[in-house]
Formats: sequence, C-alpha cells, structure tokens
Amino acid sequence: MKKIPQKEIHKYLRHNKKFPHVWCPGCSDGIVLGATIRAIAEIGWEKDDCAMVSGIGCSSRMPVYIDLNTAHTLHGRALAYATGIKMAKPALNVIVVTGDGDASAIGGNHLIHACRRNINLTVICINNHIYGMTGGQYSPTTPHGAIATTMPFGNIDNEFDLCKLTIGAGATFVARTTAYHAIEMQSIIKAGFEHKGFSFIEVMCACPVIFGKLNKLGSAPEMMKQLRDSYVPLNLYDKLNDDEKNDQHPRGIFRNVEAPEYSEKYAELVKSLQPKQGESDEQA
Amino acid sequence: MERNKPVLMQGNEAVARGAVDAGINFFAGYPITPSTEITEFMSRELPRRGGVFLQMEDEIASISAVIGASLAGSKSMTATSGPGISLMAEGIGYAKMIEQPCVVVNVMRGGPSTGLPTQPSQADIQQARWCSHGDAPAIALYPHSVLECYELTIRAVNLAEKYRTCVMVLSDAMLGHMREPVLLPDLEKVKIIERIKPTIPPEWYKHYPDNPKYRAPLASFGDGYRFHVTGLAHDDHGFPTTRPDEVAAMMNRLKNKISQNIDDLVQIEVFGDESARVAIFAAGITARAAKAAIEIAHDHGKKLLLVRPLTIWPFPDEAVRTYLSDKKLILIPELNQGQLSIEIKRILGKSKKTRKIAELYKVTGELITPEEILTALKEVN
Repeated sequence: MKKIPQKEIHKYLRHNKKFPHVWCPGCSDGIVLGATIRAIAEIGWEKDDCAMVSGIGCSSRMPVYIDLNTAHTLHGRALAYATGIKMAKPALNVIVVTGDGDASAIGGNHLIHACRRNINLTVICINNHIYGMTGGQYSPTTPHGAIATTMPFGNIDNEFDLCKLTIGAGATFVARTTAYHAIEMQSIIKAGFEHKGFSFIEVMCACPVIFGKLNKLGSAPEMMKQLRDSYVPLNLYDKLNDDEKNDQHPRGIFRNVEAPEYSEKYAELVKSLQPKQGESDEQA
Repeated sequence: MERNKPVLMQGNEAVARGAVDAGINFFAGYPITPSTEITEFMSRELPRRGGVFLQMEDEIASISAVIGASLAGSKSMTATSGPGISLMAEGIGYAKMIEQPCVVVNVMRGGPSTGLPTQPSQADIQQARWCSHGDAPAIALYPHSVLECYELTIRAVNLAEKYRTCVMVLSDAMLGHMREPVLLPDLEKVKIIERIKPTIPPEWYKHYPDNPKYRAPLASFGDGYRFHVTGLAHDDHGFPTTRPDEVAAMMNRLKNKISQNIDDLVQIEVFGDESARVAIFAAGITARAAKAAIEIAHDHGKKLLLVRPLTIWPFPDEAVRTYLSDKKLILIPELNQGQLSIEIKRILGKSKKTRKIAELYKVTGELITPEEILTALKEVN
C-alpha cells in the first residue's frame, strides 16, 4: 500500500463552497471519503475518468465534496443510475457510495440485480446500522434488540448480512472493513476498484450522534474502539469457537473471483452483430 | 427498410423507428403491455447500431439507467404504460430537476391500478402533467396516427435535447397496436437536434444557464467538465443550496424555459370548418373518430370543427381561446372521466347559455365511435 500524503487528498476535493460538510462530529463518513480518495490516487486514475454516484442519506452526500463527475441521485437508485452511466460510457470508472438503508432497503432490488449482472461498478456501502439523516429509524442492518426511533422497545426485526447477501446474488468481489481500519480500508477499496466486475465493499461505521446515542454506545472514540474489537480478520474469525463468533464479525475480502463482465459481454454482442466487410447491412 | 414506398407499420414500431432515427442510442425498459413491442424492437435494433439496450429489474431502474446514460452523453429513452409511469414518477421529476434530456413513452391502457392492460385509454393525460411531486413543468406530445407516432417521437427527442428535460410521448393501446401504411421520410430530411458540447475552459463551465431562452452547452460525464448534479435544490453550478435567491433562480428557470417558449412547443391541428358553430376538442385516437364524424356531418351539409392538440403539455390555451371561444357548442370526447375537459373549462369558463361545453366520456376499454360523437352532438344541441 502506498502512503498518500495529506496534500494529495486536497487535489481531489472541491474547494469552492462545499465545506463545512454536513456530517456530524465523530461520523465515520469522512474517513471513508479519505480512504476512497487515497485509493483513487494510489491507482492514479484521472479525475475526469471517474464518476461517483450516490443515492440519499448521510453517506450519499459524499459526491458533492469530491472533484469527480458526480451525481447525487434518488433514494435507493444509485446502482441503476450507475448502470446507465457505465453502459453508456464503459471507459468511466464508476464508484457508487451508498448506505445500509439506501442499498439494502429501498435499493435492495437494484443491489441484487447489479450483483447478478456482474457489471463493473464498485459499491462502497457505509453501514452505520441506522437511518441517520432522518434521525435514527431502524434499517435492515440494525442489530436485533437495538434501539431506533421506530423500534423504541428494541428491534424485533432480523438483520441482513450484506456481504452474504451480495455473495448469494453473484457479486464477484465482496469485502468488509471498518472505519477504524482506515489503512486496510484503502487497500480493500483499491482492490475493489481494480477488480473487473461487480465489487461490493461494506464499511462498518460509527454513528455516535444518532445510533450511538440511542444505544448508549459512548463517544466517537469509544465507538471506534468497538469497531476495532468486534471485527476480526477472516482467518482469525474462522478459528473462533461458536460462542466467540457471537460477539465477533469477520472482516477482509470474502470473495474475489473472475467472471465475464457485463459491459464487455455487451460490447462483444455489438461487435458480433456488425456486418462483416463485403456483406450488406441488412437491418430490420 | 424501404423509405420510398409506404410500408405497413404498427404504432409501437413507428415510435421505436422514430426514436432510433432521432438518434436514441440508449434504451432501458421493463416489459409491460401494451408498450412491450417498443422494448422488443430496441433489443433487436440498438445492439446492431452500436447502441445500448438494457432490460432492467423494474421501471424505477429503467428510468434511472436512462437518466444515468444521458448524464454520460447518450440520447436515451424508455417506454412503458400507466403503472410503469407511476413507478417512474420520481425519476421523471429528477430528470426535470437536474435538467437532463430523456424521453419517456406512455402507451396508455385502462386504469387505475392494473386496470385494462390490453385496452386503450386516455386516462393518463393529467398524469403526464403531474406525475412528479413538486412544481415540475411538463412537455408531452400525443400523436393520432402511426405516422405521427414516428414524427412526434423524433420531435420529443429533439425537444428533450433543446429544453434539457424529460419529454413524454403519449400513445394508447389502440394506436400502439394498430397498423397503417406509412411513408417514412428520407433520413436526410429528418431534422435532428444534437446536444451542444461546451468548448470553453472547464473552470468557466456552468452546468445551468442563466437565460432560459439561451440554449447553453451541456457537458457529459467524462468530457473533462467535472460537474455535480443533485435532486436537491441547487445553484447554477449544480451544488446544493437553500439560499432563497438561488432556489428562486432555479425554480424560475424550470418554469420559464417552458412557459416562455409556448410558441415553439405547442402544436395543434384544426380540421373541418372554422366557421362552424359547433366544435369538437379531441386528442389521439379519439380525434380520429372525431374526424370521421366531421366527414359524415359534412356529407349531410352540417359544419363541424375539430381542434386537436399534438402537444398536450404545455396545454394549447391560446389555440383553445382562438378557435373555441366563439362556438355555441364544444364537445369533448375522451377515454377518461374528463381530463381534457377540465382544461377547456379552466380556459373558457363553465358552460353558459351562449356557450355549452359538453362531455363524452368512455372508460370501458372501448373506443368512442364517430356515431356516438354525432349522437352526443344531437342530444346536447
């Protein structure tokens, strides 16, 4: 992993009018923005060649701060917009930033179908276990028993494991990291960017102002320590006994396989339909 | 395909042919009766032309991919029917808000809800105007023949590019599925409006123009002009704002680019005798019955006039005033429960002694016949 100096990050930020940002004190979203920029800088992508697309929510406010081709779209729909962008201009590196509610509740249908298509998009899903922007309603990843403003007596709903979900739906690159492991996050995002096919990266985040406060999880530094202690590397997680696994979650790259990519398959189809030299073009 | 002699063509096919002739090179859709032939045509035709066809997981994904492709520089479109428009409503509003060209075709069927999927209807006329939440002005065109399906789809693509908005083409189950001989114009004679690419240095580029009359260049993703779009209220660079002056400028631009260009947008047809004291106001498939009724009446020495909007939105207020205010009787036949007549009454006022406004509705999935129009005229006259 290459260390990207702080001043390099500023080259990728929009300086006119866009700061201060909307995120609360102690929010992890800025750490994810930093790691995303570092991964782009490490690969050396030109800003003009990158697009960032988001839906609605705290995490989805990210595109306004980053100096790429950026679209802040509709709640849950970022992947469908990104699919249109990628298919119209396959040379663009298309990054989707989304949250747990945006990606897996309102946008769940688009998520599984983008996985199935194996289209070359990189999804960075910032999971804070809650709807932060609307003030703390429970999401599909709110832990069982946790408090939310719409689960005031504790969450009776079951939660999604987004990595298992996306693996099941056919994503060819699936990884999980946390806001505490910022350096690991940079290398995982970079690996996702470099993967040819659909990449899903779940970043576990601290939301001290909404989720933390509702569930008495302490200050932002305390929540960062919780992230450090509850997410263990995959190889260590596999060695834990069942009791230990109850309190721990695996992190790392769960799946990284090669498979035909959708925009390339489509380009091949187009090529196969073009009249060969000497043949007349018989269109319907 | 031969262009120098008439060919038998279906309405939905004419829409699709118009779209590709206008330069549509991206289509995303989801199967729905009675519009599916458009989607099927595109799945055959676009890959051959090097364009993109996608069948998405639903209508919401379809309109989203269409807007995304437009952001990346494609001329893009989708086709659906009423239930699909209901699902696309938020996306249509987003395209209007970020001022990104795209075309949506609604082949109308009976509603509400699943309604009469295979039967014609004109019950989405007000939906075409109001489907999105918020004040989002609309452009919608409604052909009445297979040839017009072709022509107005081309016009819709052009207007979408020119006005940087989502333009709707209305059709219906009858128009979409019927076949007529049509003589398509030579491709060189088809007028196509292309997107103007910016040539100024990127730091001077402003994504939204100050003047609604001025057609500003529009950059696409990957062109070297890194811009931001958002459904939030935004300033002229596209960045979110809550400053009242900037919000006002944005809302006025959305409204004025339509309201200050009515002459360019509105198209009507006047058929029959302008001196007639009795007039019919009808659109789309029902206007054909009205034309037949007028011909029958003329054969019996009776004068009738038809005013037919080809542009449904913005509504042809001025034409209604010009051609209909001096009539003794105005009949509005339509395949809904009064979606055109509410506009006529808005413009001319309610029925009074000197001017009666009569309605003829049918929402049973059947067409209004010329005889029914003549009977209705006799009954109210």
